[in-house]
Amino acid sequence: MNGASSASQTLEITANAGVVQARQRVRALAQQCRFSLVEQTKLITAASELARNTLIHGGGGTMTGGLVEERGRRGVRLVFDDRGPGIPDVDLALTDGWTSGAGMGLGLSGSKRLVDEFLLETVPGQGTTVTVTKWAR
Amino acid sequence: MTERVPILQIGNVLLVSIQTDLDDQSVMLLQDELAAEVVETGAHGVVIDITAVDIVDSFVGRMLATIASISRLLDAQTVVVGMRPAVAITLVELGLSLGGVRTALSLDKGLRLLERARAESLEEPEPDAAAGPGADGVGPDAAAGL
Repeated sequence: MNGASSASQTLEITANAGVVQARQRVRALAQQCRFSLVEQTKLITAASELARNTLIHGGGGTMTGGLVEERGRRGVRLVFDDRGPGIPDVDLALTDGWTSGAGMGLGLSGSKRLVDEFLLETVPGQGTTVTVTKWAR
Repeated sequence: MTERVPILQIGNVLLVSIQTDLDDQSVMLLQDELAAEVVETGAHGVVIDITAVDIVDSFVGRMLATIASISRLLDAQTVVVGMRPAVAITLVELGLSLGGVRTALSLDKGLRLLERARAESLEEPEPDAAAGPGADGVGPDAAAGL
């Protein structure tokens, strides 16, 4: 099982309740992966930020999450996908404090700090996909 | 599905204990209701108990800071009590240090902090009102020396 995720599940994020469900799903995955309490809290918080981005900036989308195993490490990988307007300036969007809306501008930059791997793919006019991975210590 | 968090009154203090995973709309509702309750009851303090809260993201963090600012304008102090260590670690890493929010480790300590703050503000005869705007940063010692 190199890099493959086992039994990934996809969750629709189309309303505020979807953000709450995303947190609950990620909590279950983090516990399944035996994350420490601090690691769990960091991953759930990152997921909450990214799920909210998917809803607010992406106009809704999905979160696909599952356990991954790579080079003897176990972790949780989450993919947030939307078909929204995309991000015109990725560097700017990843800057602390920069916000396009009413938030604090910590969603993307903050969640990046809370995970081990962070991949942002975006095409203006077509959508955004953020893939994050956190490994069990 | 908006959830309503009960706001309890104990003497001059409003107490809110967040027990469930609130969606963003419920968080905003709590913020608005607390502001209205502070005015309606004339409360001098607000205690927000987050003992049962296992994550605080930037949205909830902003709500806590906003409630603290709003209640300050309405002559009430806010104390956030019961933050879990993992939540504190995550908030700092996220980039939210909540500088303007007073915290206490327990409800008991939070209530005592509010009592002390109220007693101190009643002892001093409103330095802001007496000195007028622009006098910020002039401590009691400096004022006594004039």
